Amino acid sequence: MLLGDDSGWLLRMADADRPKRPDISAVPGPDVDLVAEAEVLDQKGQLVAVPWRGRPDEPRVQGVRRSDVDAWGRSEHMRALTRRLYDPIYKHWHRVEWEHFDRLPTSGGALIVANHAGAIPPDAPAIMHGIETELHRKVYGLAENLFRSLPVVGTLWARGGGVAAHPDNAYRLLHDEGQLVLVFPEGAKATGKRFTERYQLHRFGRGGFVEIAMRAGVPVIPIAVVGAEEAMPIVFKSSRAAKMLGIPYFPVTANMLMMGPLGLVGYFPSKFRLRVLPPVHFDVAADQERYSRSRVMDESERIRQTVQEALYDMLRTRRSVWFG
Amino acid sequence: MRVLVTGLSTFWGGRVAQELERRPDVEVVVGVDTTDPRIPLERTEFVRTDSTYSILARIVAATQVDTVVHTHLIVDSTQASGRTLHEINVIGTMSLLAAAGASGSPVRKVVLKSSGLVYGASRADPYFFREEMTRTSAPTTNVERSLLEVEAFLRDFADDSPHVTVTLLRFTNVLGDDLDTPFALALRRPVVPEILGFDPRVQFVHQADVVGALMYATNNDVPGVYNVAADGNMPWSEVCTLVGKPRVPLSPWLTNIAAEPLRRLRLWDLPPEALQLLRFGRTMDNTRYQQAGFRYQYSNVATVEAFARGLRLAKTIGDKNPTYRYEREVEDFFRHSPAVIRND
Repeated sequence: MLLGDDSGWLLRMADADRPKRPDISAVPGPDVDLVAEAEVLDQKGQLVAVPWRGRPDEPRVQGVRRSDVDAWGRSEHMRALTRRLYDPIYKHWHRVEWEHFDRLPTSGGALIVANHAGAIPPDAPAIMHGIETELHRKVYGLAENLFRSLPVVGTLWARGGGVAAHPDNAYRLLHDEGQLVLVFPEGAKATGKRFTERYQLHRFGRGGFVEIAMRAGVPVIPIAVVGAEEAMPIVFKSSRAAKMLGIPYFPVTANMLMMGPLGLVGYFPSKFRLRVLPPVHFDVAADQERYSRSRVMDESERIRQTVQEALYDMLRTRRSVWFG
Repeated sequence: MRVLVTGLSTFWGGRVAQELERRPDVEVVVGVDTTDPRIPLERTEFVRTDSTYSILARIVAATQVDTVVHTHLIVDSTQASGRTLHEINVIGTMSLLAAAGASGSPVRKVVLKSSGLVYGASRADPYFFREEMTRTSAPTTNVERSLLEVEAFLRDFADDSPHVTVTLLRFTNVLGDDLDTPFALALRRPVVPEILGFDPRVQFVHQADVVGALMYATNNDVPGVYNVAADGNMPWSEVCTLVGKPRVPLSPWLTNIAAEPLRRLRLWDLPPEALQLLRFGRTMDNTRYQQAGFRYQYSNVATVEAFARGLRLAKTIGDKNPTYRYEREVEDFFRHSPAVIRND
C-alpha cells in the first residue's frame, strides 16, 4: 500500500511537471493516523497525546500485514498449499473414508481426540485435511513442544497449524477463539509402539485433555482411526539410539527395511477409515479453578474405552488392510 | 502531585519527565540519574547520583515526593557489564525502595518499569504470557536474573507497604525512532540476523505507548502487575519485510558462540536474551492493562510500520533529532535567575 502511494505521487509529479505535495486526505484510514503522527512529532520534537482516563480514546493506529500468519503461527496460505500437495495422498493413496462426519460441529470450539499410530504418524494430516476440506474449518493440532526447537521442520509445523501442547494454548484456542483443536492424548507412547501392539490404546495421559475441555466448556469429540497403524509399522526400536539423539524413540520401520531411506517418508497404502464418535459433553461449569481428579480420570478412561471399542468394531468388519 | 523520576537520562525517564512537566497538577518533578539528561526539560530538577542511589533517602525526605517512577532499569545486557548491571538494577532498586519505605516517607505510589525478559523464551512456553505466569526455563543471563530479583524486591515492598500503590509494568521489546533497543539497532543495520530455520512470532510496543503506559500508571491508581505490549504478533521474517531489510541466517546450533565475533566487531549487538527471542519468540497477553483502562495507540503491525517509516526518513535526511547538551549553568540560569521573566 505504501508503495502504491509513493508511485502514485511520482506519477502525478510527472503529469504536472512540478513538485506537488502528496494528498494526505486521500490516503485511506490507518495511513492518515500515521502521517499525522509523524507531523506532530516533527513540529514539536515530542511525542503526541498520551491517552488519559476520561478523555475520548485516541484513534487506534492500525497497519497492514504482509503475510497471513496468525497469532499462533498458522498460515492459511501455507495450509492451502499443503492441502493441494496432500490431496492425492488423501484421496488415492490412503483413500480416506469418514463415518458420521456430521458429528463434527460447524461452529464453536471442540476438542477432537483420536488414537495415534505410525512411526511418523499419518493420522494427524489425514484428520486435519479431511475437516478443513469438507467442513471448511481450521484445525489446530497440539503436539509435543519438541517441534518448536527443530529448525525448518518446526517452522513448517507451526505454519501448518501445529501448536505446542500447553494447557493455556489449548484453553485459548477452545474457549477464547472457539476453534477446533486436535490432540492425541496417548502421545509418543502410541506412535512409538511396535506393530505387534497395534490398535491397543495406551493410557490417555493424565486426562489433561478432559480438564481443558471442562475448563473451556467445550465437548470432546473422539475419532477412531483405522489404517494408520499399517502405514508405517515399527518392527523394532533402539532405545540407545533414541537416548543418544535425544528423541522419544528411534524406530526401525518396515518401510525403511523395504525402501531404505525412502521409507522415512514413504507410507504403505493402507486404507484409512475414520469414525467420528458421539461428542462427549461434561455437565460441569466452565472456568473453575480446579476439577475433581477422579472425575477427570473417569471421563478420560471412558473416552479411551469408547475409542477402543469402536476400533475393535471397525477391525471386525475390515476385510483387508489395503482395501478396507 | 510531586514526582521523582529515576533514569532521567534514559529515553523512558526523560519522556516521562517531559510529559509530567505539561501537567498543571504536577507541582514538582525531580529527576535523578548518573549522567546528564539528553533532552531539554523545562522545570524538572535534575540531581546527579551514583548508580546505587545512595543519596535517595535524603532526596525523598527533602523533596517530599509522593510518587516515584522507577525507569532506571537496564534491560539490555549489551549496555552494561554484569557488575554495573547488578549495581544499577538490583542495588539501585533496593535503595530506592528503602527510601520510599522508610518510616515517615511521603511516597504513596511507586511505578516500576520491568521487562518481558522475566518470562524468558523457551520451547515449553505458553504462546501468550499472562501476568501470573512464571517462566518455564531457568534464567541464563545477568539481566534476566537481576530483573527477577528486582521484581521480588518490589513484591516484598508492596506487601510491607499496603498504603502505597505499587504498579509493575512489564514491557515487551520497544520499537521507536528515538531509542536504541537490541531489535531497533538490529533493524537499522543493512542486513538483519535470523536463526536458520526459525521464524518466531515476535511482538513489539511503540515508544509512544511505552510513555503512555508509564504515564497512565502515574496518573491513575492501578496497583498490580501488567504486561505492556501491542496487540498481535507477527513472524520475524514479516517484520524484516515490512522494514525492507534482507535477512542473514545464523547457525541454529551454537548460535551464541557464532554471534560472539559479530558482537565483537560491533556488527550486530545481539545480546543472548535477544537470540533466545529470535529462536522461540514471545507474545504477552496485554488485556489486563486494557481492562484497567489503558488504551494503546499502536497495534503491533502499526508499530513496525511506523518504525519502518522512521527508517526511510532517516535514510534520506540522517538523524533528525537535534543533539541537546545539558549544561547545568545554563539550565540553572533559565530556571532560577531573577533576571529571567517567567510567565507563570
